[in-house]
Amino acid sequence: MEYSEKVMDHFLNPRNVGDIPDPDGTGEFGNPVCGDVTQVHIKVKDDKITDIKFKTFGCGAAIATGSMITELAVGKTLDEALAITRDDVADALGGLPPVKLHCSNLAADALYAAIQDYQAKNKDV
Amino acid sequence: MKQIYLDHAATTAVDREVMQAMTPYFTERFGNASSLHTLGRDANQALTRAREEVADAIGANTEEIIFTSGGTESDNLALRGVLREHKGHIITSSIEHPAILKTCQYLERIGCDVTYLPVDADGLVDPGDVESAITRETRLISVMHANNEIGTIQPVNEIGAIAADHEIPFHTDAVQSFGKTELDVRKMNIDMLSLSSHKIYGPKGVGALYVREGLKINPLMYGGSHEMSIRAGTENIPGIVGFAKAASLACERFKSDTAHLMKLRDMLINGMFDSIDDVFLNGHQAKRLPNNANLRFMFVEGEAMLIHLDLKGIAASTGSACSSASLDPSHVLLALGIPPEDIHGSIRFTLGRENTEKEIKYVLEVFPTIIEKLRAISPLTRR
Repeated sequence: MEYSEKVMDHFLNPRNVGDIPDPDGTGEFGNPVCGDVTQVHIKVKDDKITDIKFKTFGCGAAIATGSMITELAVGKTLDEALAITRDDVADALGGLPPVKLHCSNLAADALYAAIQDYQAKNKDV
Repeated sequence: MKQIYLDHAATTAVDREVMQAMTPYFTERFGNASSLHTLGRDANQALTRAREEVADAIGANTEEIIFTSGGTESDNLALRGVLREHKGHIITSSIEHPAILKTCQYLERIGCDVTYLPVDADGLVDPGDVESAITRETRLISVMHANNEIGTIQPVNEIGAIAADHEIPFHTDAVQSFGKTELDVRKMNIDMLSLSSHKIYGPKGVGALYVREGLKINPLMYGGSHEMSIRAGTENIPGIVGFAKAASLACERFKSDTAHLMKLRDMLINGMFDSIDDVFLNGHQAKRLPNNANLRFMFVEGEAMLIHLDLKGIAASTGSACSSASLDPSHVLLALGIPPEDIHGSIRFTLGRENTEKEIKYVLEVFPTIIEKLRAISPLTRR
């Protein structure tokens, strides 16, 4: 199985790794039983994602998609961020091996979960 | 970058002496062993010598060795050759190689019954379970000698004795144990035994099935009367000669090989335990192949470790599905009762004759950093 150069780069040098101490939204997606879990923290100001951090337990592809989603989402409005699809993440990485498209492409779902968490907490605002 | 090859359970490089022994049989000594002319008789003599060498290596008689294309064919021939009436009961273990498990599933589809025995947390089959699984319909017991993933060595002596008591043929897949543990088919009451050449520094595409004299099995392949009429097809003389050479070298070097492998294995396992937290050994600590170190690192995933290792020039393998086409966690590690989420952190190092202490030191130098890096980005690391 071959990973693209971009996947390898994001796997070996993941961007925006870690936690946000006081996040506005937190989301997690995946299942350790399947071997992949991605967690996303976001900071939101004026409806825009101002900071985003991720952590991943999983294979090279799962780590690379986690890293890539942080680059795709930062600076976006929540609606724009919600429009990011799994395919967008895979495309931005120069493609993923077919076997990884379903099992390891979890980052977009983790981001939705983080945004939903933020929206649930801020219903009255 | 020079590769540090720690995946000898997958395959090995052909030994130079083996290569030398094989070479003439591709060109000037190319005869068909069935031909009556000089070249044919020369090939036939090479075949006979090879059969003697392989038989000697496992304590068998010459005419009890059937050369095949490898371990998978040998396993298929053993099971399908005995269960020839498409009915009857087989006892096997739940941690066999797919060459056995998939064959058993096929036999179930055509009308046989199969009992898949459980194993304990170290991967051991309980011989008592074998005995209690025996029914009047039991035609075959097949339990592997040593497991390919975790290296656990089964109590084949005891299982062989039980099989003999009940007059049921006993087959064992010795593909991984050959050359690494004592093997004597007579002492161990083994009726059929599968061997492969490419795991013992021989060429790929050749192996053997030992079939005890008097045990009748049906062929899978029909044609000429090669291999005691059990395996038709012109013999692969260069491959068979190479396999036999590899087998006799394995016997010659048995003591020094196993001592060397055990030393490196223990150095690797102990080194990992000394430098990394939350690590476990998969398989039995003592009843274990001398070259197998299968370790489980919590909070990280196998494929990610493998890629990092590969970039450092180290070739290993994983019990995690993510590195292969299949996405299911290892059936062997599941059978040990390890939670699926932990199975993903397993990695298998299998050592070989040419590995050195220096190489193991290098692995121990780079591996803790890889684990540290992956744990730092894992949400499962103790929160």
